[in-house]
Amino acid sequence: MRHGKYPLIITFLVPPLLLYGIFVLSPYLQAFQISTTDWLGYSPSANYVGLENFGTLLRDGALWNAVRNNLVLLVMLPIVTIGLGLFFATMLNMGGRRGVAGVVGVRGSSVYRLVYFFPQVLSVVIIALLWKEVYHPNNGLLNATLRGLGLGAPTWLGDPRTAFWAVVAVMVWSNVGFYVVLFGAAMQAIPRDIYEAVMLDGASRFTTLVKVTIPLLWDTVQVAWIYLAIAALDGFILIQQMTDGGPNHSSDVIGLRMYNTAFGSETKFGYASAIGVVMFFLTLSVAVMALRAARRDRIEYS
Amino acid sequence: MTTVDTSAPATPAADSDGPARTGDRAPRRELGVVNVFSHGFLLLWGLLTTLPLVWVVISSFKSDGEILSDPWGLPAALRFENWARAWTEARIGQYFLNSGIVVTGSLTLTMLFGATAAYVFARYEFRFRQVFYYLFVGGMMFPVFLALVPLFFVVRNAGLFNTWTGLSLVYAAYSLPFTVFFLTAFFRTLPSSVAEAALIDGCGHFRLFFRVMLPMARPGLISVAIFNFLSQWNQFILPQVLMQGDESKWVLAQGLSALAVSQGYQGDFSGLFAGLTLAMLPVLAVYIVFQRQIQSGLTAGQLK
Repeated sequence: MRHGKYPLIITFLVPPLLLYGIFVLSPYLQAFQISTTDWLGYSPSANYVGLENFGTLLRDGALWNAVRNNLVLLVMLPIVTIGLGLFFATMLNMGGRRGVAGVVGVRGSSVYRLVYFFPQVLSVVIIALLWKEVYHPNNGLLNATLRGLGLGAPTWLGDPRTAFWAVVAVMVWSNVGFYVVLFGAAMQAIPRDIYEAVMLDGASRFTTLVKVTIPLLWDTVQVAWIYLAIAALDGFILIQQMTDGGPNHSSDVIGLRMYNTAFGSETKFGYASAIGVVMFFLTLSVAVMALRAARRDRIEYS
Repeated sequence: MTTVDTSAPATPAADSDGPARTGDRAPRRELGVVNVFSHGFLLLWGLLTTLPLVWVVISSFKSDGEILSDPWGLPAALRFENWARAWTEARIGQYFLNSGIVVTGSLTLTMLFGATAAYVFARYEFRFRQVFYYLFVGGMMFPVFLALVPLFFVVRNAGLFNTWTGLSLVYAAYSLPFTVFFLTAFFRTLPSSVAEAALIDGCGHFRLFFRVMLPMARPGLISVAIFNFLSQWNQFILPQVLMQGDESKWVLAQGLSALAVSQGYQGDFSGLFAGLTLAMLPVLAVYIVFQRQIQSGLTAGQLK
C-alpha cells in the first residue's frame, strides 16, 4: 500500500520547506555571517572582521545594562507570574472545597477566567499604549487614583527609578490570565479520587496544594517557566512603546538595543547581528537550563 | 450553603461530640475565612484587569478638557465624533482593512502548508524525515531579532518590500514552526485503521488527506488557526521592519503606534483613546463569543 506515496510527500513538503527556508532559515544563517563583518547597512561594502564585534560588545556599557535588565526580568517575571497564576488557578478550581468529594471552583469562576484571560488576546501594542496612558503623570488613571487618596503622584515612566518596574508590572498584568487558564486546565485533568483520598487523610488545603497539586502540575509549571523565560529575554514591544528604553537607558533590553543599533540613526548591521547572536545563545541556554532544572519523571494518569 | 461559623469558638477539649464533629467543623471554619480572603484577591485582580480597559472606553467619549481635568469622571456627552475622527483621519479603518488582507493571506498559507507538512511528518516514513522535522520545529526557539537584519534584505531582494504579499509570506513562514509542531502531534493521534481502510478501498494518498484525514483533524486545525490568527493579527515587529514606507499600507499595530506618537504631539488624547477603543472592541466581542475555543486553542499548544 506504500505505492505512490512519494508524489504526495514531495508536493506536500517542498512548498512549506521552500517558504521556511527562504524567510526563516536563510536569514538566521546569514545573521551569523553578518555578525562577523563591519557592515554599515545600506553601503555595499562589508569587511570581514572576525570576532571584533563580539570584542566591542564586551566593552559596551549600554548593552550590559540592557543584559542586566533582561536578567532581572528572567528571574522576576516567571516567579511572580507563575506564583500568581498558581494562586488564582487554585482558588478558581479548588477553592470551593465543600462536601465529601467537593474539589470544585469558587462561585463565578468562569467569569473570573473570562476576565483574567482577556489581556492575552489584546495586541501587545494596545496593551503598551493603554498602560502608557494609565501611567500618564497628569491625566492617567493611576495618578488620579493616588491623588484621590491624598498620595503623591510620581512620573512613573519618566523616572529612572520606576520606569523599568512599571513596565515589568504590565508584563505580569498581561500574562497572569494565560497561566491561570493553563494551570486550571492541568488541574482539571488531575483525577478527583486523588483528592478524595487526600481529604479522607485529613490534609489541609495548603498541604494538598504543596504536596499533591503542585507536584502533579510540575510538567505544566516547567512549560510555563520556559515560555516566560523566553518572553523575558524579549520584552521588546512593551519597552519600545512605553519608554523606548529610557529614561537614561534605565529600562533598556537587549532586543531594543539590537533594534536601535540596526534600524536607529546608525545602521550598524554587523554589530546588531552580533547582539542578535548573543541573544540567540542566551535564549538557547535558558531553554536548555530550564529543561534540565525542571526535569522530573513524567506523570501519566491511566 | 456556606456559612461562616460564628458560634462561640469551641476548643477541641470542650467539644463533647467526639472526633467526628470536630473533624467536620475544622475545615468549615477554615473555609469561611479562606473564602473571604480568596474572593477578595480574585475580585481585586478582576478589577485590576478590567479597570484600565473600561477607563479607556469611557475616556474615548470624553473631550480633551474632561480627560485632562478629571481622569476618573464620566463624559458629559457621548462624543462619537472622537471615534469618527480616529476611524477616518487617523485611518484606523484603513489599517483594519490592511490587517485583514494580510492576515487572510497569511493564515490561509499557514494552515495549508502547516497541515500538509505536519501530515507528511506524522504519517509517512521517508529519508531525512527527522532532520526536516527538527529543522522546522527548531524555529520556535530562535529569537526573531536575530533574523531581522537579513530578513529585511531577503524580502527587499525578492521585490516584496512594502507589500502585503511579502508580509503575508513572512507571517506564514514564521508561523510554520509552531503549526507544524502542534499538528504533527495531532495527526499522530488520529487512528491509522481508518487511513488503512481507505487505502485498501482504493483511495489515493491525496484523496485520503483531503477527504479523510483533514476532516478528522478539525479540532486541532481550529485550535492552531485561532492561535495563529491572534499572533499574526497582533504582529508588530515584522511589519515595523518590512513595511517602512507608504503609510496607507500599514497594519493596525503600526497604525496605532503611529497614532499614539502623533496624538501625543497634538495633545489629542480623546482621538488616541478612541483609536485604542476601536482596535480593542472587536477583539473583545469576538473573545466573549468564542472564549472557550480561544482559551483552549491558546493553551492547548502549551500542554502538548
